[in-house]
Amino acid sequence: MLYREAGQFKSTYAADQQIFPILQDRIGIALLLAAAFVVVPVFADQYWLSAILVPFLISALAALGLNILTGYAGQLSLGTAAFMAVGAFMAYNAQLRIPGMPIIGSFALGGLSAAAVGIVFGLPSLRIKGFYLAVATLACQFFVLWAINRIGWLSNYSSSGVIAAQKIVILGYVFDTPRDKYLLTLTIVSLMALAAKNLMRSETGRAFMAVRDMDVAASVIGIPIMKTKLLAFGISSFYCGVAGALYVYCYLGNVEPEAFTLDLSFRVLFMIIIGGVGSILGSFLGAGFIVLFPIFLNLASGWISHATGIDIPHAAVSNSEQIIFGGLIIFFLIVEPHGLAQLWRIAKEKLRLWPFPH
Amino acid sequence: MDWAFFVEVFVGGLLAGVMYALVALGFVLIYKASGVFNFAQGGMVFFAALTFVSLTERGWNFWLALAATLAVMIALGVAIERVVLRPLVNQPPITLFMATIGLSFVLEGLSQLLWGSQPHGLELGIPDVPIEWLARALNINVSQFDLFAAAVAGVLVAVLAVLFQKTRIGRALRAVADDHQAALAVGIPLQNIWAIVWGVAGFVALIAGLMWGVRNGVQYSLTFVVLKALPVLILGGFESIPGAIVGGLIIGASEKLAEVYLGPMVGGGIESWFAYVIALLFLLVRPQGLFGEKIIDRV
Repeated sequence: MLYREAGQFKSTYAADQQIFPILQDRIGIALLLAAAFVVVPVFADQYWLSAILVPFLISALAALGLNILTGYAGQLSLGTAAFMAVGAFMAYNAQLRIPGMPIIGSFALGGLSAAAVGIVFGLPSLRIKGFYLAVATLACQFFVLWAINRIGWLSNYSSSGVIAAQKIVILGYVFDTPRDKYLLTLTIVSLMALAAKNLMRSETGRAFMAVRDMDVAASVIGIPIMKTKLLAFGISSFYCGVAGALYVYCYLGNVEPEAFTLDLSFRVLFMIIIGGVGSILGSFLGAGFIVLFPIFLNLASGWISHATGIDIPHAAVSNSEQIIFGGLIIFFLIVEPHGLAQLWRIAKEKLRLWPFPH
Repeated sequence: MDWAFFVEVFVGGLLAGVMYALVALGFVLIYKASGVFNFAQGGMVFFAALTFVSLTERGWNFWLALAATLAVMIALGVAIERVVLRPLVNQPPITLFMATIGLSFVLEGLSQLLWGSQPHGLELGIPDVPIEWLARALNINVSQFDLFAAAVAGVLVAVLAVLFQKTRIGRALRAVADDHQAALAVGIPLQNIWAIVWGVAGFVALIAGLMWGVRNGVQYSLTFVVLKALPVLILGGFESIPGAIVGGLIIGASEKLAEVYLGPMVGGGIESWFAYVIALLFLLVRPQGLFGEKIIDRV
């Protein structure tokens, strides 16, 4: 009854083409943004902000990047963490070496460097497809991490390879509390999500999807395959690079190259699979799930040992967590192969018809 | 240039490549039969080796432990088919791939939960030492155990080749690999086929686990042998059993040679990515790997 577009007439093309054509959606998203920008910073404590919400937003951004490449353009990549590492280390160097560089500029430069690396490692995608490509992107993952470890210049010759993020200063204001960092991350992530949403509804996005669905057919109808694929790698890596920079500046503070291992790539891949491949919303849902779930499992095992009075050994707990995590991923894939975003779509359909069954 | 040393490195590389190929074989089997890119192969190798070594340490006889582990691996294969794959028939390959990553988490957690996470040594009675007469005559060190591993791999490949090319099951396997739906339509029992192939992959994982266990000890890092097997896999082609062996030889030899001759020039540590770059270069020439099935695009 509440969620129904009946009576909402579109009288201009602009109104017809807006991102959220249904009034209720617009209200919903406005409420959500208001909550994220106003309510959360007021009420959330430090732990929630810096240990849960910021990593959630950053992961969502990385997942968004991967989703552009894998979900929209159909190129499976296992090199996400490498692109994040490039973004992180280049942002650090930009801030370190270019005097007077604004921090946002450093983030953008980190993103652009990641995009350049992404385009180079995207070149094989013109010849190689499917899982061959996925394994080939592993070359990027290992090579980039090796290079970052070897090239001392990148970590300013710190002996352990660890870089320490500089202070975030924008227009003279220092962002150093968790709340400031949360707001900065939220702003960047919202803007980039908006950009991605719009990009995917544009000619570029449609070209991506055509290439994903069948690249030979796409080239027959005149879509330049090379440009499209490389653009997808570039844009996706840009998002990952910015996510990497945020990862250092807003979340970890100090980071070593080993923070960006293959494991991280897999986690991001899990996010888009569980959230929904080819869906902006799915990136956020998936990131929420993957970030929150291990924390929840940890808490749950604490409660169980507290309630039963049995002291479970730490190794057993972490092993069981791993088993449950893996099992749940399989479970999700079986129950809803299209991800959480599909559940949301179904829920919307049901809501529109409610209270009638058909 | 020291030729004896070169030959030693080269042969050592070839034999190391055989070890990679042993792991890659498990991938090929499953990919051939079900089109699933099974990332859990590393988990299976680890699980098999850990089960075997734990049983022998509890005083089981070698053959008894081997048989028991084999039974466990086959049961595991059947269970995976039942619980994970059957509900995912006809899903896109990436979904199946992700499911196997989830599976590898489960397997790694399960093995350590059952048997503990401390590393074990493993002895099969073949010492990992250079062959004496070869070392004395030509000053070339070739490990006895490596040769044994190569022989095992050879036998394994021969058996698998016969299984795939000459038997009814093999034909059914190839049909399933071609097209799930079409195979179902002509009455091939998909479920049984998958259970069989996962069982066989479990067996291959056990062999690979034993070999790698002797070499590096049975410990968590055994799961990372997957990362060594992947370049072998794409170089040889996902569908080709001989490809796994040839790919393994190429990767093993070039990796070792590069490590010795090229590594010092760029600061070392290149083994983490060098194999991938070689495989990548090969792929640029032949996108389906050396022996993979040719990809034909139709609109």
